[in-house]
Amino acid sequence: MKQWNNFTKGFIKDNPVFILLLGLCPALGVTTSAFNGFGMGLATTFVLLGSNIVVSIIKNVIPNKVRIPCFIVIIASFVTIVQLTMEAFLPDLFDSLGLFIPLIVVNCLVMGRAEAFASKQDIWSSIVDAMGMGLGFTLALTMLGGLREILGAYSIFGIQLIPGVTDGMLVFVLAPGAFIGMGYLIILFNYMKKKTA
Amino acid sequence: MEYFAIVIGAIFVNNIVLAQFLGICPYIGVSAKVSTSVGMSGAVLFVMTLATIVTFLIYNYILEPFNITYLQTISYILVISSLVQMVEIMLKKVSPELYQALGIFLPLITTNCAIMGVALLTIQNEFNLLQGVVFAISHAAGFALAIILFAGIREHMELMDLPKAMRGAPAALVVAGILALAFMGFAGLV
Amino acid sequence: MAKKESTFLNMVVTLFLVTAAASFTLATVYNLTAEPIAQAREAKRQFAIGQVVPEFDHLESRKFLPPGGGDSLEFNFAYLNNELVGVAVNTWTNRGYSGRITAMVGFKHDGTIIDVFTLNHAETPGLGDKIEKGKSDWSNQYRGLNPAADNIRIRQDNGQIDAITAATITARAFSDAVQRAHDTFAENVMSQIKTEGEPVL
Repeated sequence: MKQWNNFTKGFIKDNPVFILLLGLCPALGVTTSAFNGFGMGLATTFVLLGSNIVVSIIKNVIPNKVRIPCFIVIIASFVTIVQLTMEAFLPDLFDSLGLFIPLIVVNCLVMGRAEAFASKQDIWSSIVDAMGMGLGFTLALTMLGGLREILGAYSIFGIQLIPGVTDGMLVFVLAPGAFIGMGYLIILFNYMKKKTA
Repeated sequence: MEYFAIVIGAIFVNNIVLAQFLGICPYIGVSAKVSTSVGMSGAVLFVMTLATIVTFLIYNYILEPFNITYLQTISYILVISSLVQMVEIMLKKVSPELYQALGIFLPLITTNCAIMGVALLTIQNEFNLLQGVVFAISHAAGFALAIILFAGIREHMELMDLPKAMRGAPAALVVAGILALAFMGFAGLV
Repeated sequence: MAKKESTFLNMVVTLFLVTAAASFTLATVYNLTAEPIAQAREAKRQFAIGQVVPEFDHLESRKFLPPGGGDSLEFNFAYLNNELVGVAVNTWTNRGYSGRITAMVGFKHDGTIIDVFTLNHAETPGLGDKIEKGKSDWSNQYRGLNPAADNIRIRQDNGQIDAITAATITARAFSDAVQRAHDTFAENVMSQIKTEGEPVL
């Protein structure tokens, strides 16, 4: 039951993006479509999972004063692994996510989970935590991407909703729409959090 | 002319916060007051310029010649975080006043993706060192412009009677959206 | 288990071990992915070339400097049974709405455009990205034009290409890229190809 709560807390109650306001840069930057948001979410989940596992394994052999630099190195390695793998096998997605892939390294969510959770807990809990938080992050990015794609291009995951109509409310695909869409999704998640609490 | 284009492009057209979505965390986090946002802008200007110079040298004189550019991400983040620590320690000794003004913002800067983003963009755009420095300073100026404007608006919003659900982050984001809309007016200047 | 003491020695050793392990892992991953990355890039290039020239069985590449200055352009000479069927030129412009646009332009031996294909750009989604083939058929306008005779600038500049609504700058930039490809083609290659199908170089 405890693990289950650990897992689900990232979806609504402690949603990293809409409730904790972490990792806002990629959340706003890559969510021009639902698919991009989904891809970025999964990439971040992978990094989060990898760094949480490694940090939790080696937490006892790392001297306290150099733990932050060590975490940074571990996270950056996983980011580079994602970067190279994606460039090799998903070149189109890699192109559209662009700069935000190397920038996962400065995503406060990943560092935050390593420092606040994985460096204190056993491996199993760290895996559950990473999966929960990562999927919560993916959920948030896919929702924001979906919202922007539906309003901005009248399509979802690249499928046209109204045949023949491709020009939606463009402002939602552009920068202002990211901020405004995010603002309203935060209101929605605050409301849902209150309902479930 | 070329430098002029870089400056205008970085401050207005491709504003780092409002068009490129870098540095959103401090943008939302420390923009409640104009005074703190001025402090943050100063710290960003300082670190962004230094970080761009150092990472430029590392990329072009170490990573590129040895053909190990895949270590870019890892070396940049290490350099930036140690740079921030060093600046903090040196500032404490050399200029306590400046440290007083910028000190509390420095640790926050390591996780400011704007620093890393500009360092990566400098390489991506194939700038030379001087262009890179101009690029970094202009982006920092763009950050300052965006965050100080935003803080000014937020100070006024404190006095407004907003619906309860909108208070805090949602209202801030909607305001940021409207600011981004305003900045779109600069598009096509360069 | 208690955390280790933070002595100078063990801090240095730990940091060294962690970074060494990290660079070793990354070097391995890099070596494993280097081949697929190169393949993915090559596939993308081949695909783009295939979009702008007729079917070919053999490619030869050479670089030429554009007359107006700037980075050199890669010319891909496409042959079928040792006959030249077209030249795919990888061209660029820096006049895009947000920076550089790269595109592949295919020419017949006399400089007539076979087709154009956008490679990379950072134009506004929903507006400027109509230069992509998948997003709109705007770029089909260039088909069959010969920049030596036809003015391939946009109508606002007295040319004959319809600009993209609300993305005039992007359209103008795209024409600039195509013009650069043609100018380079005319200066370096056209004089060497007298008749259709004749192999060059």
